[in-house]
Amino acid sequence: MFDLFLDDAPALVVVLPLIASAIIAFMPSKIWPWIISMIVLVFHLALSLHLIEEVSISKIIIYEFGNWEPPWGISFKIDGVNSGLQILFSSFVLISTFYSRKIFLNEIEAEDTGKAYSLWLLAIGSLNGIILTNDIFNLFVFLEISALASISLISLGAGLNRKALLAAFNYLIIGAIGATFYVIGVGFAYAMTGTLNMNDLIIQLSQYSEGQLAIFAGMSFMLIGLMVKAAIFPLHIWLPAAYSYAPSAVSTLLAALATKTILYFFARLLFEVFTIYENYLIIFLDFILFPLSVIAIFIGTLIAIYQDDIKKLLAFSSIAQIGYITLAFSLRDHSGITSGFVHIFNHALIKGGLFMSVGYFAILYKDRVTLSSIKGFGYKYPITSFALLICGLSLIGLPLTNGFISKLYLFQALYINQMYIPIVLVAVSSALAVVYFWKIVEQMWFSDIKPKPEKEDPSIYFPIWIITISIILFGIYSSPIIEFSTLSADYLTQGLQK
Amino acid sequence: MSNSFLLLLGIATPLIAALFSYLTRYNNNLRDSFGIIGGIVTLIISLRVFHGIQSNEIFEITLFNLFEGVDFTFRVTPLGSIFSLVASSLWIMASIYTIGYMRGAGEKNQTRFVIFYSIAIHAALSIAWSGNLLVLFIFYEILTFSTFPLVGHKQNSESQSAGRLYLSILVGTSLIFFLPAIFWIWLETGTLNFQDGGILINKFPTEYLSFLIALLVFGIGKAAIMPIHRWLPAAMVAPTPVSALLHAVAVVKAGVFSFLVVIVYIVGPDYLLQTNSSDWLVWLACFTIMASSIIAITKDDLKARLAYSTISQLSYIILGAALASSLAIKGASFHIITHALGKITLFFCAGAIYVTAHIKKVSELKGLGFKLPLIFLAYTLGALSIIGVPPFIGSWSKFYLIMGSLEREFIFVAIILGVSSLLNIYYLLQPVVIGFTQTRKKEIKLIKSPLTVWPPVITGIGCLILFFYSDYFIHNVNRVIT
Repeated sequence: MFDLFLDDAPALVVVLPLIASAIIAFMPSKIWPWIISMIVLVFHLALSLHLIEEVSISKIIIYEFGNWEPPWGISFKIDGVNSGLQILFSSFVLISTFYSRKIFLNEIEAEDTGKAYSLWLLAIGSLNGIILTNDIFNLFVFLEISALASISLISLGAGLNRKALLAAFNYLIIGAIGATFYVIGVGFAYAMTGTLNMNDLIIQLSQYSEGQLAIFAGMSFMLIGLMVKAAIFPLHIWLPAAYSYAPSAVSTLLAALATKTILYFFARLLFEVFTIYENYLIIFLDFILFPLSVIAIFIGTLIAIYQDDIKKLLAFSSIAQIGYITLAFSLRDHSGITSGFVHIFNHALIKGGLFMSVGYFAILYKDRVTLSSIKGFGYKYPITSFALLICGLSLIGLPLTNGFISKLYLFQALYINQMYIPIVLVAVSSALAVVYFWKIVEQMWFSDIKPKPEKEDPSIYFPIWIITISIILFGIYSSPIIEFSTLSADYLTQGLQK
Repeated sequence: MSNSFLLLLGIATPLIAALFSYLTRYNNNLRDSFGIIGGIVTLIISLRVFHGIQSNEIFEITLFNLFEGVDFTFRVTPLGSIFSLVASSLWIMASIYTIGYMRGAGEKNQTRFVIFYSIAIHAALSIAWSGNLLVLFIFYEILTFSTFPLVGHKQNSESQSAGRLYLSILVGTSLIFFLPAIFWIWLETGTLNFQDGGILINKFPTEYLSFLIALLVFGIGKAAIMPIHRWLPAAMVAPTPVSALLHAVAVVKAGVFSFLVVIVYIVGPDYLLQTNSSDWLVWLACFTIMASSIIAITKDDLKARLAYSTISQLSYIILGAALASSLAIKGASFHIITHALGKITLFFCAGAIYVTAHIKKVSELKGLGFKLPLIFLAYTLGALSIIGVPPFIGSWSKFYLIMGSLEREFIFVAIILGVSSLLNIYYLLQPVVIGFTQTRKKEIKLIKSPLTVWPPVITGIGCLILFFYSDYFIHNVNRVIT
């Protein structure tokens, strides 16, 4: 019986959270929604581990829904590209759900917590769907579910600050525009090829190897739609407000995983499906994505320097960090894609850890966390503050943290591609990251007040420290991340070599 | 005790001292004693290492692999054994001095001060014994971050902005220039290990070597070559023990040491001599020597004057590295020892004068010479050593440097070195002259603080005595370049 269960593992990792979400919606708002979420996510992690084991043997798993064969039915695909991401996703959602309980209790009304966990699982299930789906229309569905769930979660922050509603509304509108762009692109692709399945799409597109305007238009629509969703500069405007006004637990989930899953799909679409249009790719990557990434790195960092609100500061830093990832992708070769995936992993951990610590400060301070409000926190809450310090040093990219590994691989990729000027820019921007991060450190440890230490909640700092320790661990022993990223790049560059 | 365990123990001792200082933070005497005990333990270990290097022993330990071709390794080079000996022996003096100064000046947050002081020594020792360039970089950064709380110790707006300047210049240059240079070396050679004769030869493109040297010399901001020198005078807002040990010994010497290590064990002096890639740096170093000497003359604040003198002296070492001839590099290595000893004496004296008489300015020293004879005596000894007058130890390194520049046939450089010695005489001895010749109209109250007086006297006498025992150091100095 259990085997039967395992056969459907690819579907279950998505469906299980979705079903649990529906059940929780009808439950009273006490501790049960959290307990059920935790149980579901433990199973989720077990299933993911099982999937990885399977993939390591069979190299590729295609799961057909309802036994409808592709290209007609919907299918999920797990291969070298997304297996690493699946593990990261599963582990991180478990940790952040563990973390979220006390945070939700403090930030939203008690009767809303059931609703919150229902939406939380909905977001998790749909984001996982984005990782696994092998169908471009199915992706749109998951994009929309995850967007709606995230928007509702963000709007739960309205109890603390009414601006959360505006942020949610902005995200709704801009996200909808992005999704519309994407679905228009899907429409073009479907009209030309008659298929929505990605593997089939690769075959069908090869008929049009010369390229056709409708196909290019479709591709452009899809890519721009995804760029909005992944907050790639200059289509990032929804992100800072959404991250900073959402309840802290929600910011953690969004910052660590939401944009990362979409960036993954973005890479998959570019390097697996669209590879036969080499000229199109060159134009898109070299003349659009590359300059935008470089600008994003700078603008994001510079704006972050001038932020007073720490969550906003981290959000703008995210825009710069997404710039690093897209810069790596725009190099269009094995080293670049590897480096992009390395940073997807590392940055998910770093930003997750940072948002978790700042989120804890937010409920301790019971207001928006600004630079002046965290004065002396280094003495007041030493355990959490120290975790924040380590995550921040990793964000700068100092050795012995995983951020350094990201930087190393990015430098290597740029060097191999003889992109010397971007190397300079990346080096300068990482130095500028010191400026905004040190503003936080200075307030926490070197302000004029020095309060006595206060008790911190172990159920909150425990998950924070798991992330922090993993940041150091992956900085010293980086091979798991490197192997998964290299594997992803191996798969994705098969198309490029043709 | 095995050599590798000895290394780990030496590196850990300052950290353990910091931990004990924290645990005994409510007992001031006990807390401050750990600095001295830690200093004695590290000195014994450093001496053991120093002698071990003389007899060709190998001190090496690899903890784990960081990434392809780069391990987390400590390995003592002859140059490293010199630096660690200097840092640990002066740490004892500085610990004694710190007790007297911090209590005499009534500074707050003494526990934090003692702890970060020890961590800074830990970083300096680890830099000295690092086995490859990345490990060196890691501890270079730790040194910067651990000295930040010391620079901004007073926590007023002046020290805060100085702290920011300190951090932004040192971390900024290291991330913008130094780290990319390290990546570059790694990408070209696949290793970062320190090797005799360097690792770049036949691997690194000759035409970019000058550029790499530039990245390194400007990236190692702690070496304070112009125009990356502003942080050092700014850091003088720190309490004097910091200026003495860190900004005359640990931090700045870590800077020039790093650069010297890069030249000797990464780039390779022979490769430099073949390509003449560092000749431009000779002129920049000369410029820094002259310009900072001239600025030093204009400074009335004694510590600021000493800071500019330090910048000028650091460039001697960079000059020696840039000349890259055998004698010049030996001179530069030796200068790490001689300048550390001389300059810590001067800073100790400046701090002692501040604690006892609350005077910071040179022009206000009138008549103090007779009231504080020991301090002024120690100051004179230190100053004479830095000027390079025999029989003081500083004359040796200057002699080597001048010989080195003549070896490369840079006559002009030798002249610059001579002129700068003349300037040294003027700005270093002026306080002594003012102290003894002019008379003070108003009497000032002196607060006795013996713990701040004896350390400079000991180091000052050391400058004199070690002149005759320089063979002891020369042995390891000769090993730096074979």
